[in-house]
Amino acid sequence: MDLDLMLTSLPKLLSAAVITLKLLSVSLIIGLLIGFIFAVLRLNKNPFINKFAYGYSYLFRGTPLLVQIFIIYFGLGQIEWLRQTFLWVILKEPYWCAIIAFALNTGAYTSEILRSAFQTIKPGIIEAGKSLGISNKIILYKIQIPVAIRQSLPAYGNEIILMMKGTSLASTVTLMDITGVAKHIVSTTYKPLEVFLLAGGIYLFMTFIIHNLIKYLEKKYSFQ
Amino acid sequence: MDLLTFGKTGWGDELFYATLMTIAVAVTAMLIGFLFSLIFTPLKLSNNKFLNFIANTYTTVIRGVPELLVIYLLFFGGSGAIMYVASIFGYYEYIEINAFITGSVAIGIISGAYSTEVFRGAIQSIDKGQFEACKVLGFKRHIYFLKVIMPQMLRLAIPNLSNVWQITLKDTSLISVTGLVEIMRQSYIAAGSTRDPLFFYSFAAVLYLMLTFLSMKLINKLEFKYSRGF
Repeated sequence: MDLDLMLTSLPKLLSAAVITLKLLSVSLIIGLLIGFIFAVLRLNKNPFINKFAYGYSYLFRGTPLLVQIFIIYFGLGQIEWLRQTFLWVILKEPYWCAIIAFALNTGAYTSEILRSAFQTIKPGIIEAGKSLGISNKIILYKIQIPVAIRQSLPAYGNEIILMMKGTSLASTVTLMDITGVAKHIVSTTYKPLEVFLLAGGIYLFMTFIIHNLIKYLEKKYSFQ
Repeated sequence: MDLLTFGKTGWGDELFYATLMTIAVAVTAMLIGFLFSLIFTPLKLSNNKFLNFIANTYTTVIRGVPELLVIYLLFFGGSGAIMYVASIFGYYEYIEINAFITGSVAIGIISGAYSTEVFRGAIQSIDKGQFEACKVLGFKRHIYFLKVIMPQMLRLAIPNLSNVWQITLKDTSLISVTGLVEIMRQSYIAAGSTRDPLFFYSFAAVLYLMLTFLSMKLINKLEFKYSRGF
């Protein structure tokens, strides 16, 4: 064990953790939005719309995240007319490509989580709202959504942790997140054990924080 | 479509073999994972605090760290560690481990952590009366496990194991960083030499979708078989 190397690479890895957290938070926010939209589409009665939403989630949950990143980063740049549009400003940056891939991926999982949360709301609660003469819109905003959020918290917490682990794939498209920096240090020092264990420790710490945060939220918003 | 023909000009046969390689890695990793969970599930369920601690550390650490990092650690650190052990026994030559073995072991360690949790959950949700009844009837330990606990456990475990299988199958794409020629690596090579990444990566996505779809069909059959009588 080379303790000196561990001490000198710790600040580098910690500053890379900022990029990991940035990737994670931005893609989670966009993903939540996508997830919510597709969960509502899934619950739509129109078979065409809900098949479309199902197809989206099936496509993104059935393929590895790595393939999705590569299609967006390497693949989309190949389309000529896309290079002429303003989208190219976004798509030529590996940072945004990674975020698009992560957001679409987590959006697919989130839509499944939210859908099942909406479906498991006891019909009695909604009926009670209706019999009190509350409008459908207010039932959605004040009853269905809060209950669904509470019910989906444990599963969504898992999804956040999975996504955090997923951000390590950003290193494959030249982004310098924790894994990218760790690999760079290893390639110059040839000490894989120390550096990767340290990087793993940082990830583990982040998992621990997220896990406890979700636990706290679950307790705060429990029905009792 | 010319790109997918079999033979010297197309990439069809290469991608076909790459798909077989992906399946081989995934199945090997899943089996290694079962081996790991065979060791760690009893530790998780034991009354000994220390054994509990070991098993909990294993599952928590592996499930809390990115898969890519585990693969890097094993791929770059694995041969160093083996050479260190070999040097103790007086063997100083360079040892290189096969990418297939490293990859399968790395993915196996990961899938083992997930399947350990699945088996633990399944055994814990079996009614306590079943265990007590076996003891009262004086069954031998291995018989009561094989004939009474195991069938009930499998029924509960199979739906979750199918999730673990999906995760394992998708994780095999990460092995491409070690240079093992599976679907992802082969698409990378093909995309590089034809300058058509969009087509080949999309085709890789289709191959993965096909694999997940077919394996789901198979697992559903298995699930049906084990849930007879419920």
